[in-house]
Amino acid sequence: MNKWEDNKAWFMVIPVFLVVAVSAILPLMTVVNYSLQDIFGPGQRVFVGTDWYRDVLTDQRLHDALNRQLLFSSLVLLIEIPLGILIALMMPKRGWGASLSLVLVALPLLIPWNVIGTIWIIFTRPDIGLFGAAINNLGIAFDHTAAPLDAWITVMLMEVWHWTPLVVLLAYAGLQAIPEAYFQAARIDGASTWATFRYIQLPKMRGVLTIAILLRFMDSFLIYAEPFVLTGGGPGNSTTFLSIYLVKLAVGQFDLGPAAAFSIIYFLIVLLFCWLFYQVLLKVGTGDKS
Amino acid sequence: MMARIDLRNLAHSYQQQPKDEADYALCKMNHVWEDGKAYALLGPSGCGKTTLLNIISGLLQPYQGQVLFDGADVTALPPQGRNIAQVFQFPVIYDTMSVYDNLAFPLRNRKLAEEDIRKRVEEVAEMLDLQDVLGKRAANLSADAKQKISLGRGLVRSDVAAILFDEPLTVIDPHLKLLLRRKLKQIHARFNLTMVYVTHDQLEALTFADQVVVMNEGRVLQIGTPQDLFENPQHTFVGYFIGSPGMNFMPCRLDSGSLSVGDLRVEVAAGDEKLQGSLQLGIRPEFLQLHNEMTRGTHQVAVSAVEDLGNCMIVTVRFAGHPLKVKIPEGQAPPTEVGYLGFPPEWLRVYADGKLIETRLQAQVGEEALR
Repeated sequence: MNKWEDNKAWFMVIPVFLVVAVSAILPLMTVVNYSLQDIFGPGQRVFVGTDWYRDVLTDQRLHDALNRQLLFSSLVLLIEIPLGILIALMMPKRGWGASLSLVLVALPLLIPWNVIGTIWIIFTRPDIGLFGAAINNLGIAFDHTAAPLDAWITVMLMEVWHWTPLVVLLAYAGLQAIPEAYFQAARIDGASTWATFRYIQLPKMRGVLTIAILLRFMDSFLIYAEPFVLTGGGPGNSTTFLSIYLVKLAVGQFDLGPAAAFSIIYFLIVLLFCWLFYQVLLKVGTGDKS
Repeated sequence: MMARIDLRNLAHSYQQQPKDEADYALCKMNHVWEDGKAYALLGPSGCGKTTLLNIISGLLQPYQGQVLFDGADVTALPPQGRNIAQVFQFPVIYDTMSVYDNLAFPLRNRKLAEEDIRKRVEEVAEMLDLQDVLGKRAANLSADAKQKISLGRGLVRSDVAAILFDEPLTVIDPHLKLLLRRKLKQIHARFNLTMVYVTHDQLEALTFADQVVVMNEGRVLQIGTPQDLFENPQHTFVGYFIGSPGMNFMPCRLDSGSLSVGDLRVEVAAGDEKLQGSLQLGIRPEFLQLHNEMTRGTHQVAVSAVEDLGNCMIVTVRFAGHPLKVKIPEGQAPPTEVGYLGFPPEWLRVYADGKLIETRLQAQVGEEALR
């Protein structure tokens, strides 16, 4: 039997292809189009080949933004994944406590992203913000609008507060799916709490943690709204991440060609990193050394 | 290493404040399970057998009563503090570890020297035919090998005196079940360990155990050898649950020292004071005698169904309004519409409110039986 011709499942898949084509592939092709042309106005365009790409790749400010972005995403993963697992481990497994803690943990995820930025602006204001005023009253000068380090700390705090709950929810779901017999066997085998975590809980969370790491990497690498509202990329360029720089380029300076080339490169970087993470996470802990 | 297991006044409820018997998952029981014997806990799903097993292993604290190992009260001890191992329904293995590390895990947790661990692990691996896969990752093995590893983690511990099994063969392929069961028997014979084996499969229970503990609705109904359970079920549930098909039961009337169902009358030696409540006569399908011709002491029955099982036949007949199953050997041709049924009195059992009444029965062959 010819699977290609006879498989009716294709009728289920084709609508998805169409939606993806219209919503993702066509706009992407437009961006590819822009990245190869210099556009002056409607009907006035010149094919420039790879010029924009060359410009963008040698742009020092973009290199700085990329380095900042890599540092930011690494910190996000290093803090949020372990913290999320830790919180998930501490949450009650059943009863009303489980429901309550789930709701509490999920709250930050329900707030619109630009509102998050606004909340943190107020929260960390040195004069009236609960956090900002408290820190300053302790004698530590803290102002994210003036000091780059303070801006970074604020953005990191906001990011961790906002998105660790996602890791918690995923890890919690992974932990809940472990059959009780594993814990019973571990008790009979005399395993310590650490050994139970290391040899049962962590390996069993592999799947959900893979998703958590991929999602948190992608989201943090593409972060825009919250730092844009909070710091606007400043002070100076200290919190100008890739997407903020991209928007400055495209909307602020209306350099559509370089911005399009930049977008394509940005997209490829995210794709590359996700592929790398996926390959590593697929193999880690399975003993597959290839 | 010995382990006689005493259960004293043991009862368990999953509710905080059990009020009546229905709230108990396990009703109060007193039993002594002898050292070195193989016990099977047999009963339908939800009868409390796993609850009982988890109380013995310490995974569950009983609501009341005590568990004693060799006379020492272990009720308050956690599982790792007891000299037991448990094998679960679904094989529990540590996915990221090799087979060797899996087997070594309980010993490493107990801080044994690596040299001693190696000796124990190799010994156990050889016994379970796992030597060839010691270096492999446990996660990649088949279900039966994984279940052997689960068992192995119990056997490596030199302190283990009892191994508890919770339906360990559920996920094993049928042709491997037999091999694994044989392995268990070998291990039992070699180490003289007390084994407690939970199952709802009577064949598994009867072939594995020295003593079968039949449970239903939180109660132990009978503890006995397979032969006991077959020949002298102490409770109608045991008669019905053990055997394929189960025992036949017919409600009967008592009048002046004899029990009657339809035109069957048997004299009963027990006094009336014992024969209280709802009375039933029971007999195994294997012991009923079905003839094509009327003979002395037989009763006319209507044949309603015949099932050919290959090595025997199950004939369903109606006697005095009660459907009865009769097992007849393969060579015998079953009657087509009307047959004649004999009830050997030595195999008839009397039950009052479901419980066996120990008594002697004698056939009363009256005029009507010869009609």
